[in-house]
Amino acid sequence: MTNFTEPITTDLTQTQGSANSINTFFRWLVGLAAFSVVIVLIWLALTVFNDARPAINKFGLGFLTNDQWDVGKQLFGGLSFVYGTLVTSFLSLLLAIPLGLAVALTTSENFVPDWLRNPIGFMVELIAAIPSVIVGLWGIFALIPVIKPLQEWLHANLGMLPFFSTEPLGPSIFIAGILLAIMILPTIAAISRDVLTTVPTELRSASMALGATRWETIWRTLLPAASSGIIGGIILALGRALGETMAVTMVIGNSTIISPSILAPGYSIPAALANQFAEAFEELHIGALMYLALVLFLITLVVNSIAAVMVQYINRNR
Amino acid sequence: MTREPSLIEPTLNEPLSPFRNGFNTGMTVLAFALTALAILPLFTILWKIIQEGLPQLNWQTFTSLPAPVGSDPNEPSGFANAIVGTFTMVGLASLFSIPLGILTGIFLSEFARGSKLGDGIRFAAVLLSSTPSVIVGVFAYGLLVLTTKQFSAIAGGFALGVIMLPIVALTTEEALKLVPMHYRLGSSALGGTSFQTIFKIILPSAIAPITTGVLLAVARAAGETAPLMFTALFSQFWQENLWSPTPSLPVLIYNYASSPFPEQNALAWTASLVLVLLVLLTSLASRFFTRKRSS
Repeated sequence: MTNFTEPITTDLTQTQGSANSINTFFRWLVGLAAFSVVIVLIWLALTVFNDARPAINKFGLGFLTNDQWDVGKQLFGGLSFVYGTLVTSFLSLLLAIPLGLAVALTTSENFVPDWLRNPIGFMVELIAAIPSVIVGLWGIFALIPVIKPLQEWLHANLGMLPFFSTEPLGPSIFIAGILLAIMILPTIAAISRDVLTTVPTELRSASMALGATRWETIWRTLLPAASSGIIGGIILALGRALGETMAVTMVIGNSTIISPSILAPGYSIPAALANQFAEAFEELHIGALMYLALVLFLITLVVNSIAAVMVQYINRNR
Repeated sequence: MTREPSLIEPTLNEPLSPFRNGFNTGMTVLAFALTALAILPLFTILWKIIQEGLPQLNWQTFTSLPAPVGSDPNEPSGFANAIVGTFTMVGLASLFSIPLGILTGIFLSEFARGSKLGDGIRFAAVLLSSTPSVIVGVFAYGLLVLTTKQFSAIAGGFALGVIMLPIVALTTEEALKLVPMHYRLGSSALGGTSFQTIFKIILPSAIAPITTGVLLAVARAAGETAPLMFTALFSQFWQENLWSPTPSLPVLIYNYASSPFPEQNALAWTASLVLVLLVLLTSLASRFFTRKRSS
């Protein structure tokens, strides 16, 4: 038996010994490693900006309003790429929002039992795991032939509208928008479902108690209550659509001519980077591509910051 | 208090107006039709990959180089070089991004929880993880290709690592946050330093969800094409060393998809089948780890 009457002689506040020095070293190591993310982000911005300088000095901001892109003459303007990026992204949102919300509602409401609901959610999220180059391959060989009649029908019957005013050739901004919609759908569906399931049950009960039907409750109570989270998810999806490269590159047709028609081929910033970097040798050509990369980086940085702040805000308010 | 039961009560007992009833049923049908439309691409993509890719799949696909265009159709053709290239570059990427990412996650969860610094670093990680992968490729190109005048596996691996780093960091943080606070208090009360607490108590109890995060990051990196197209480039042959152009499965699919030769198109489908199996198996394995933890 230990004698508890003897005073304790060990100094419990010791700050020496191997355990302590390992601990100090470890805390420094972890602290330094944590800054790697910040350093990489700043380093990335500086590298792209630095390599874009030849083009920034030569073309200035006029780069963004000029649609001339001629490698032979060393004339570079990025308008057609910026235009194609924005049009395909907004087109994809137009298609993906109703689909994503439908998936979010069918998987968050109790229309069907759990054993059917969970697989639906799982399958939609599985789309996000398919590498985008494979979606592009499918787009070339499966989607373009299937969509061809629809494109021809749109041109034949609605050809007087500027959106459908050109003869469809196969690759087009429209097809690129459809592929992008497929790829951003899981983002919208997953975030909207998460937000919808956290809407307090009292709101639903109150609406039902006042005699509203299920869909009146959804439209007038659930969706407005969840709207900020759903918008955050949509902005996040927009960020993904703006930067998505492979699927768009493979089906957009790579044409620098700006056309108001969505049935015409176009070009996007990521597609230009993917296609031309490996073959760019002149300093100005590389600079112009870096300038495009910088523009895309800044746009996605702004869009993703807004999305990140909105999503963080929602998580905190739960 | 005046009450007019004669006006209210009859309407309460009336059936729902046809318009409201129709709206309710119509929206349900519409929602399910749209959901079916949303799932359709997954099945058509998977079905098309199996239909087009399976016939050419045999042992030679994994052991031989792509046959030159126009050669005897019986000659063995495959993409062993691309498989090796993908594994090499994902391995290089893992080598630096997994340790760095886990340490960052430890910092966020154990040393900077709730602090301004932690919030700032987490925000940077979120921004880095949502930066388009093609921009990360541009970064690696500017840093390693322009300076060395050489497309290489190192540049490709670096780009993939930058993509993996924030994913590993953020999932590790989430995993460590799930460890109950009294584990930490218990360890501290017994005199454990933070190093001992983290390595002997916290990491072992969070190992399953951390593995999930690492596997997800690996699956993501294995499927990335854009950052490799102009950093690692491509090659029809075996890679010579880490400083030479290196083939990979995704870039092979891209190059052969736009090829005018049907035999190369066919090989692109087979490579897709292998890549999808690789990526989906990794994702499913990560789900298995999560499930084991929760049961």
